[in-house]
Amino acid sequence: MSSLVAAARSFLLLEIIKGLGLTLKYLFKPKATLNYPYEKGFISPRFRGEHALRRYPNGEERCIACKLCEAICPAQAITIESEPRPDNSRRTTRYDIDMTKCIYCGFCQEACPVDAIVEGPNFEFATETREELYYDKEKLLSNGDRWETEIARNLAADARYR
Amino acid sequence: MEMITGFLTSPMIIELIWTVAQILAVIVPLLIAVAYLTLAERRVIGLMQLRKGPNVVGPFGLFQPFADALKLLSKETILPSGASKAVFVIAPMLTFVLSLVAWAVIPFGEGMVIADVNVGILYLFAISSLGVYGVIMAGWASNSKYPFLGAMRSAAQMISYEVSLGLVIITVIMAAGSLNLSDIVMAQKDMWFFIPLFPMFVIFFISTLAETNRAPFDLPEGESELVAGYFVEYSSMSFALFFLGEYANMILMSGMTTTLFLGGWLPPFDWPILYLIPGPIWFALKVALVLFVFLWVRATTPRYRYDQLMRLGWKIFLPFTLIFVVLTGGVLLGFGLLPQ
Repeated sequence: MSSLVAAARSFLLLEIIKGLGLTLKYLFKPKATLNYPYEKGFISPRFRGEHALRRYPNGEERCIACKLCEAICPAQAITIESEPRPDNSRRTTRYDIDMTKCIYCGFCQEACPVDAIVEGPNFEFATETREELYYDKEKLLSNGDRWETEIARNLAADARYR
Repeated sequence: MEMITGFLTSPMIIELIWTVAQILAVIVPLLIAVAYLTLAERRVIGLMQLRKGPNVVGPFGLFQPFADALKLLSKETILPSGASKAVFVIAPMLTFVLSLVAWAVIPFGEGMVIADVNVGILYLFAISSLGVYGVIMAGWASNSKYPFLGAMRSAAQMISYEVSLGLVIITVIMAAGSLNLSDIVMAQKDMWFFIPLFPMFVIFFISTLAETNRAPFDLPEGESELVAGYFVEYSSMSFALFFLGEYANMILMSGMTTTLFLGGWLPPFDWPILYLIPGPIWFALKVALVLFVFLWVRATTPRYRYDQLMRLGWKIFLPFTLIFVVLTGGVLLGFGLLPQ
């Protein structure tokens, strides 16, 4: 008897019809897709995106050329040269990050004693040439100026856990 | 001058121009339909998989097919050095042409058919069977293992399912009493054939899936083991021709299903108000519905194994349709329902 039922089931294509019903139900469900350039997903305050060099509110750059980031960088992507400024404060003359080497581990921002080098929330910095990804100090500082509000907010949000 | 006008207005030339116009009136919408079928397929399957599908090029992604076509055309045409050149080039053309010529006998409305031949259904069946030559030629001429295996599978599959397809068509012919497609449609005026012949309708639909190498019977192009089946070696325009041919074949098979089982150009109910909408629109709506089921099935079912496919064709469909042919004939004869 059970084999008869099974035969009837397969002849009436019950399973297939059930499956078709399921896909039809899914046809009208809300979609999981984010309409990317127009919609973006949530990004954690800890997100490690494009690097930026920050400034103090008075415009003085934070970096004191301690070279801790250069030392800790596992990909050796950071190159720093420094000499004293006329006012005797130590500052970098060169701060380069090779973004093609960087592995976005975030060690540089963890090592930084003055919160100067940070990884901001921006991840849309693709370029058409390799050379554009060799960031120098100027580029990093301008990133810092551009993303300061977001970076400050993220650092404040994460401050409790640091 | 007079000679030219005389030549242009001679009955033969006018006849020729009229025929060409008719052909264009069928082929141009058909090719547009093919283009949008590819888009519809990607959209429908995307939606069923909780994705959105292509929606960026133009409003709702409506220009996507043209972007795809441009991309294909700008690709390099590759002739493999080991290929048998002439056959390699002819195969995609054959596939494409065969998928178009069959439309000559499909009626789009009352009297709206290019060639109203009395054996229309046989012509249709013959042309759809010839499609296998394009596949075999492509597979053989490529001189490469994957296309060859794909072509073998495809040929075996198409031949197996044509048997039951033919038997299904016989039941329809018995019920309609004619081989002329327009007459078959008119015979469905009171009741579309898919109601009395429902099991045949289902078998016909499944066989058309196998005949057009669609999921769940798309073994000839099983990506995981055959890369892409018989058109692995094709690129650019020749690939596009195969692609167009395959999708035009899908539309053709849907048109055939519509004509044989879903009442062709007839509206769903015999109400005068529904006749205000012209026949070709009803026909197109029904074809679109069948095509939607094609896509729906593809989004639902996994691929068959090859022995399962052959078992289904030879051990289940063939005996079942044979019995049903006898049954239909018996019922029609026994109750005196045979069409006059």
